Amino acid sequence: MFLTPPTRRTRRLTTLVVAAGATAALLAGCADSGGSTGGGDSATAFSLLTPAENKVIASELTTLSTGQCSAENTALPLDSQTVAQADVVQKITLLASQDALPVQFVAGTAQVKPDGDLGKNGLLLDYEKTLTDLGVWDDILPAAVSTIKSVYGGMVSLPYQYNIEGIFYNKQLFAANGIQEPKTWDELVAALTTLKAAGVVPLTEAGNQGWPITRLIGNYIFRDLGPDAMKAVKDGSAKLTDPEYVKAAQAIADLGAAGLFGEGITSRDTDTANAQFLSGQAAATYNGSWFLANLNDPAQNKIGAENVGFMPFPNVAGGKGDSSQWPANAGAAMATSQKLYGPKVGDWLSCIATNYGSAVMKDQGVISGFKLNTPVEDVPPLTGELQGIVNDATQTVLWFEALMDAKTTKDAQTNVALLISGSMSAQDYMALLQSDLDQAK
Amino acid sequence: MRPAEGHNTVHRVLGDKKAILILLGPALLVYTLIKLVPVAWSFGLSFFDGNPLGGFTFIGFDNFVRFFNDPQAIHALGFTVLYAVVITIGQILLGYALALLYVFVLKNASNFVRTVVFFPAVIPTVAVGLLFRSMFAVGQNEGPVNAALDAIGLGSVDWFASGAGTFIVAILMELWRSMGFFAVLLYAGLLDIPEETLESARLDGATGLKLVRHIVIPLSLPVLLSSVIFSINNSLKVFDTILALNGGGPGTETTPLTLYMFNTVFSYSDYGYGSTIALVLTILCLLVTVFIFRSARRDITRN
Repeated sequence: MFLTPPTRRTRRLTTLVVAAGATAALLAGCADSGGSTGGGDSATAFSLLTPAENKVIASELTTLSTGQCSAENTALPLDSQTVAQADVVQKITLLASQDALPVQFVAGTAQVKPDGDLGKNGLLLDYEKTLTDLGVWDDILPAAVSTIKSVYGGMVSLPYQYNIEGIFYNKQLFAANGIQEPKTWDELVAALTTLKAAGVVPLTEAGNQGWPITRLIGNYIFRDLGPDAMKAVKDGSAKLTDPEYVKAAQAIADLGAAGLFGEGITSRDTDTANAQFLSGQAAATYNGSWFLANLNDPAQNKIGAENVGFMPFPNVAGGKGDSSQWPANAGAAMATSQKLYGPKVGDWLSCIATNYGSAVMKDQGVISGFKLNTPVEDVPPLTGELQGIVNDATQTVLWFEALMDAKTTKDAQTNVALLISGSMSAQDYMALLQSDLDQAK
Repeated sequence: MRPAEGHNTVHRVLGDKKAILILLGPALLVYTLIKLVPVAWSFGLSFFDGNPLGGFTFIGFDNFVRFFNDPQAIHALGFTVLYAVVITIGQILLGYALALLYVFVLKNASNFVRTVVFFPAVIPTVAVGLLFRSMFAVGQNEGPVNAALDAIGLGSVDWFASGAGTFIVAILMELWRSMGFFAVLLYAGLLDIPEETLESARLDGATGLKLVRHIVIPLSLPVLLSSVIFSINNSLKVFDTILALNGGGPGTETTPLTLYMFNTVFSYSDYGYGSTIALVLTILCLLVTVFIFRSARRDITRN
């Protein structure tokens, strides 16, 4: 048929196929599983893939590569690349299917779990075994180990950061309005209402990111139903549509309805939210210890670090959880390729485990899950306070989406805008997530 | 070489099937490899579950059953169609009105206006998305639209907190971006109408709307038709502007099929179901195009 001159009909058909196929082509083009081109016994470089949004890891490892780890770097040079956080799952899926994973890489939470795509294919290094063999396992803080294991189901990530989360507040604004640090949820809501009347943004969050709001739902659940409440949803013994879970979503929806997040919460981005707090326009913000980098920077922090207080997410009256259970996370999963592991990679891991904790604290004021082997002096007071909490914490809780699959996580974070703007009821929100969870089973 | 000889050579070469094969072969091969093979591949994937890393399992028609039981998919389908219809109507009406303005009102002086109105079409779509996001912003970084609403006492609106608000902004944005393009496209069609025809119609007493209705529209029908197909197929496949504007949100309120497919494949690593969504979109485009062609062919024969 190709040899006869094209008739109008075939020409038109061709045009149609071209137009229609364009979208489908994108898909299938990327679905090519490729050949195994990797190979080789060991890596030729300490290739590193980190999230573009988090510059701390890459820059600190670069610093180490010219300092304490320069010998390791000479043997196996550091080769650092970044990927946008939103593209991590896609990139890792493709790299892994083409046998082209870097030595150490960021991966999606669901991917590194034992039943995840990377986990079940045995692509990930077990840090506990490896670091024990290398004799540096003691350099990882036990709290960080427990957080990583409870999220990922195994020691498949290094705690390059160890974050605890809570509410940072403006001491001056609280004092000026006669507010004591709230101990219960009701006190918190009352305080925020007072602050709203005073004309400031009571509680600012990066609403367009979604997670800062879902964190509040999760924390409410943990305070009300106890630290294992989300595990119960995961194993099916409870449902998000149960009234006690819906109650948590309703509590956060009420904050939105009362305007306690300020105007334009659903499109507010991280920089704007941070700036609101740091300039004194907002009285409080729920955030993680990574926010210390901004708080300790006088150029950004106009209200002064001494004016910033830090409190835990408050208790819920009659709840089974309590405010001593700090929400904690260990950053995005940073896994090492089992296949590319060799003695030189081992040397790098030893060097990182020994030196990273002190180095990142000294250079960037960041709290990590590594032991501080070299004492760090001149720690800013607020950082010291949070470091103290990390060291003393006996029990931590995860976050709302920690045990959810990728789709449920995304739906939780995108639809929460509808929840706090009142376009979606708490019942519908939780029902949507529960149906996602059921679909993923 | 005399013209007749040249003509004969062309005839001889094109009469030779081998020559045609040599001439068309490479292009067809490339076309097949980068277009048809992936389409077929994607079609095949829609009967599987999984991704290249976790492996694929054959599940027959489960993905299609899932699609029609998936409220988000149905919503995305509905949004895609609604968006395409509204955008197509808007683009054609605005584009045609502008084209008429160029030809009959501004005449030879239309150069400048044409350029200005066309200008947004050359701005990268993502930039347009970000621009409109800022223009309609609310709160601390209030955009000019809300500032104006405040100034006239209507109070600002949080456009991106609701699906309807985002949809309105998305429509305004796309029309602003593309109306100049369609105006030029249709303008070229209007220029093809012979001046004598218009003149004689005028002598017969057809002026203004009457002239447009009975002479201009029928004579520019072919280019109008191409514009409709072009417009609807493009707007069915909208992706970048919506993503840049509000990420398909709030929630999945303004998520078209393309974005839902993208998320399903690349964020949720569900290649099979993503291919199914792509296939539905492909069929939709195909149906719409065939439908328009058919209805148009009837029109043309009637005239």
